Amino acid sequence: MTKLLISTTAMAMVAANVAAADMMTALGTPEGQVDIVAWPGYIERGETDPAFDWVTKFEAASGCKVNVKTANTSDEMVALMNEGGFDLVTASGDASLRLVAGGRVQPINIDLIPSWASVDDRLKDAPWHTVDGAHYGTPYMWGPNVLMYNTTVFPEPPTSWSVVFEEQALPDGQSNKGRVQAYDGPIHVADAAQYLMAHKPELGITSPYELNEDQYAAALNLLRGQRELVSRYWHDAFIQMDDFKNEGVVASGSWPFQVNLLAAEGQPIASTIPSEGATGWADTTMMHVNAAHPTCSYLWMEHTLSSNLQSDLSVWFGAVPSVPAACTDGRGMQNQEGCDANGLADFEKIHFWTTPVANCSQGEGACVPYYRWVSDYIGVIGGR
Amino acid sequence: MESAHPARGAFDRMTALFWRRPKLLTALLIAPPLLWLGVVYVGSLAALLLQSFYSIDEFSGIVVPEFTLKTYAELLIPSNYDVIVRTVTMAAAVTLASVAIAFPVAFFAARHAKGRWKAVFYLGVMLPLWSSYLVKVYAWKLILAKEGIITWAAEGIGAGNVLGAVLAIPVIGGNSLSTSYIGTFLVFVYVWLPYMILPMQASLERVPTSMLEASADLGARGWRTFRSVILPLALPGVIAGSIFTFSLTLGDYIIPQIIGSSRFFIGQAVYSLQGTAGNIPLAAAFAVVPIVIMLVYLAVARKMGAFDAL
Repeated sequence: MTKLLISTTAMAMVAANVAAADMMTALGTPEGQVDIVAWPGYIERGETDPAFDWVTKFEAASGCKVNVKTANTSDEMVALMNEGGFDLVTASGDASLRLVAGGRVQPINIDLIPSWASVDDRLKDAPWHTVDGAHYGTPYMWGPNVLMYNTTVFPEPPTSWSVVFEEQALPDGQSNKGRVQAYDGPIHVADAAQYLMAHKPELGITSPYELNEDQYAAALNLLRGQRELVSRYWHDAFIQMDDFKNEGVVASGSWPFQVNLLAAEGQPIASTIPSEGATGWADTTMMHVNAAHPTCSYLWMEHTLSSNLQSDLSVWFGAVPSVPAACTDGRGMQNQEGCDANGLADFEKIHFWTTPVANCSQGEGACVPYYRWVSDYIGVIGGR
Repeated sequence: MESAHPARGAFDRMTALFWRRPKLLTALLIAPPLLWLGVVYVGSLAALLLQSFYSIDEFSGIVVPEFTLKTYAELLIPSNYDVIVRTVTMAAAVTLASVAIAFPVAFFAARHAKGRWKAVFYLGVMLPLWSSYLVKVYAWKLILAKEGIITWAAEGIGAGNVLGAVLAIPVIGGNSLSTSYIGTFLVFVYVWLPYMILPMQASLERVPTSMLEASADLGARGWRTFRSVILPLALPGVIAGSIFTFSLTLGDYIIPQIIGSSRFFIGQAVYSLQGTAGNIPLAAAFAVVPIVIMLVYLAVARKMGAFDAL
């Protein structure tokens, strides 16, 4: 087995080296189009809402027509990139390293992207897109998984995630049983692990995505207790919003997206990042190793960092720009207050999603890999 | 010297060949659908079956392409076994309830409804099938919600305690109808009911009136006629309908995700085990379970004579 592992690692390294040799050194003439795989709502050309458009100006200025293929899951993104025929992808942390290891994306020459310097310093060398010093893409957007709560039940923001993990009376005097929710994806094990980082330091958890057997067992135990409190786990953002409106749910881990939409509807909803911190997501624009339109791709990456995109997308999606200046310099609709509400001020408290693997900082094969998170979380939700 | 016949074209020669060898034409005509069935249907099933005999390496999470039964043994660990039992129990309950509800409806439509009423009946049964499945499920989520119309109506007529008592039943109860097994069950029955009514009605229509008259002449009362004449003759329709409701429930992964207590059904387990998890062998083994169950079910149905009338 070790042999197989070594050989796959070696293959991945060879692939990376080949790609590194191909890194672009100068831009050519724009090829006339660029094909992008993106999350729904990520690339808007004013068709959903005329106020949100960060494509048409780019097309006019560069002569590159932007074609978008939306994907709903990270797996779909990886599959599309494996198929080929695309130039760029807005990959999340649970897909980006798989794309690098699979040799599907190429390193980016940051000298060809003038606005690279404006990227948040804390994201420039982020481990989900930087491998052996090479940057596999430009940071796109990031955001925290916040604690969403009902302001009628919580006059003051809850200060701990314990409201969704441990049975207790909420400020309105009633138990939280049946009134809280949790995400139904196995990555929620990391939220439990992060809670334990603060409350059971003796477990020695350093990263919620790198858990040894004991730490993992403790996280599962916490989640088994949570099962008693949760009537239904959430999976779809709109169903969760419905549950807050019609099902009597008053607190849950969530995304700023739902919070902003519910607040805009006039619901008594707000969000907070409790003292334990939060998990979060960070997406990267990555370039296919065989991108057919490399010059347009580089021009688009520059555009994502320099235009109104970062600012307006931050408002549209409830996310945080990777270029901090986009919050303040008036290039779009976002302002400092809005960025802070979406989580900018809490960067240090956020652990970004990465796929758990067996070989982690605790040693070779020391950590519980993701496929076990999946099967065990099915058991936890089933009451085992 | 000229030949008595004009030179033959390629088309003529082909026609002649087919005339001499009629089996060749049949083979050519049947090849495309056979290829479709063989490669796309059976071929993908075979690939699935093959994957289920592989296993995943415990440490690296990489699929080991060596034949083993280890993955099937994993189906028997409590959390996975629960998923199977839960799904099969739900499918059986949904099927039984569908039979109970569909039979009177189908019987009325087949034997009593005439003319315009028959058209109204057909429309009534088919209408829900024309709208999107997802729309219906989302609508049900609102109807069954804690602050939805059922709770509201129950409290309005003073039956709030009754609803509360039903929801207090362990296991199948829950915080509200939409977060309990009862809710999942209701929506399954609603969504699949037409698939039970239609074949049942078709088979009831084929029961000859003369048999019922003969039964009455021999002194059988209503219940006796129903048990000894109507039911056996209509059984193929009941079995056909139950195959639909049973297998559709076994494979569905959307309803239990939207309505219910989030506990996994087989379809959801398959969905989450592939992809990032990369546990294709276990996903494939899970996918084989409904196939095996349906094969057993069909064998039993055959024994009972459900297909004799075909």
